[in-house]
Amino acid sequence: MTNPPNNAAAGRASAAGPVITCQQLTKRFGDFVAVNGISFEVAAGEIFGFLGANGAGKTTAMRMLCGLLGPTEGAATVAGCDVFREPERIKQHIGYMSQKFSLYEDLTVRENIRFYGGVYGLKTAAIREKTTALLQRLGLAAERDTLVGSLPLGWKQKLAFSVALLHEPAVIFLDEPTGGVDPITRRQFWDLIYEAAARGVTIFITTHYMDEAEYCDRVSIMVDGRIDALDTPAGLKRQFGVASMDEVFLHLARGAKNVE
Amino acid sequence: MKSFLMFVRKEFYHIFRDPRTLLILFGMPVALVTLFGFALTNEIKNADVAVLDFDKGQHAQQVQHRLFSSGYFGLRDYATSYPDVAAAFRQGHVKLAVVFPVGFSRDLDHLGHAQVQLVADASDQNTAVSLVNYATAIIKTYEQEHTKRPAGAGPRVEAVARLYFNPGLKAAYTFVPGTMALILLLVSAMLTSITIAREKETGTMEVLLVSPMRQLPIIIGKILPYFLLSFINGLIILALGVWVLDIPQRGSLALLLAETLLYILVALTLGVLISTRAASQQTAMLTSMLSLLLPTLILSGFLFPLESMPLPLQTVSRIIPARYYIVILKGIMIKGLGLRELWRETAVLAGMAGGLLLLALGSLKNRLA
Repeated sequence: MTNPPNNAAAGRASAAGPVITCQQLTKRFGDFVAVNGISFEVAAGEIFGFLGANGAGKTTAMRMLCGLLGPTEGAATVAGCDVFREPERIKQHIGYMSQKFSLYEDLTVRENIRFYGGVYGLKTAAIREKTTALLQRLGLAAERDTLVGSLPLGWKQKLAFSVALLHEPAVIFLDEPTGGVDPITRRQFWDLIYEAAARGVTIFITTHYMDEAEYCDRVSIMVDGRIDALDTPAGLKRQFGVASMDEVFLHLARGAKNVE
Repeated sequence: MKSFLMFVRKEFYHIFRDPRTLLILFGMPVALVTLFGFALTNEIKNADVAVLDFDKGQHAQQVQHRLFSSGYFGLRDYATSYPDVAAAFRQGHVKLAVVFPVGFSRDLDHLGHAQVQLVADASDQNTAVSLVNYATAIIKTYEQEHTKRPAGAGPRVEAVARLYFNPGLKAAYTFVPGTMALILLLVSAMLTSITIAREKETGTMEVLLVSPMRQLPIIIGKILPYFLLSFINGLIILALGVWVLDIPQRGSLALLLAETLLYILVALTLGVLISTRAASQQTAMLTSMLSLLLPTLILSGFLFPLESMPLPLQTVSRIIPARYYIVILKGIMIKGLGLRELWRETAVLAGMAGGLLLLALGSLKNRLA
């Protein structure tokens, strides 16, 4: 799954090889090993599903890759930056969105865009230009001065996703982005994800919806801090001899010790 | 720097779009200062008095005139008999009765001394004592002016009291500094802790932490707007105190404002500290209220004198920031003191601000991530 690099972020990332690399990445909290020597690579423009039951270590792994948490051992790079030595530089090159959408409800659509643009150090002129383009693309031009709190959930979600991409990051981390959203809105949201991936943005997504796992290029499944399976959805189903991702997941997660 | 300015602008949006914040910020101080200044006063103004005058002489008239022109007492009833007086007290009409016995004026003229009876409603003992003291003082003064004491009438010791700094014993002198200390602390600490807790609750804090913005600018960006608004708040309370409640401003205004800024800083860092431990806005609000409101009310010397407290409580009161700020406020405004006399309190506040800031930043690093 490689796309012609058509923006700066993707160009930078693909020139340097894989966008995310992990070798034996480990995080211990005292005696507890939250993440136990995980290794994988994610290519530019790939949609990488990061699955696992609650308590399997997904969040800890993701926090390390976002530069929020220092790893104990191993090595990892994100967008060419070392997780150990340059956690702050990583933050320039990644976007992040969680289930909570992370927009300010008491700010208007435009103010939210301007704020996050400013936080990522974009120039005022660039912010203005991107705001117009973004609103046009999402069909939100008429709502630009509406408070985000009064927008429907689906719109908030799309807006949050677009805002997270405003600074053209090489990777976007999506932490259960579609939790609590109806299937139609979810489907529309995935259209946005595909669009972004087609532009060369690497998508790193966690989800509990197995139908969404099917949409990913490759899927990893974490159990007790280790990655127990990593392949394309079709490959995984073949490997475990089952018909759906649901069964793959259940098959692996049943053996888990650390379940919340 | 640009991201920092954006952040501050965003904070102002939050503040000006939330009527509750504005109400706490500006409504509460005005309401409380007015309340404490006017309603909750323990001074005596126009207390209702009944007069029972069996004398009807010139001196009795004169004494009454003095009493009612003092501003402390107001004539409510002209009683004609003791049962009248008793009835007035039972109905709660009057707080004090003054009884001039038959021959009061004659005795004063001829014997040089006479007796007046003061009857007070002691179900409210503080008021009763004050009323009796005020009335006694007025009557004494009259007596001294109108009797020519024969020379060599024996040695007398006379206590002449002079009430320094607040000769009128105005309650506002205590209430305004106390309220100011309380309000600035509560408003600053509560609002900052709530606003940070809100970002945690809505998940926006997570996004900020993943962004290139560092923690220190985030915290300063949170503090700065409230720093400015709390300062405006302080100015409003000061203006109310000086122009509406007649508190003097005898010391240096610059010093007063500088000390106020220092105190606000202490309050804001307390708010940040609370917010790093509170996961929700409710928790932040309750924690601020419980950990700041009561200790400040009780242990700052605002309502109850610290000197008469048991030693353990006195010791605890030393960590209450308001205690020092109240001393500073009274020192500058009422006594006209300068930094030379107030450096100790100032140093304590500065130490608190620095210590709390370090503590808050440390706590933030561990807890937000």
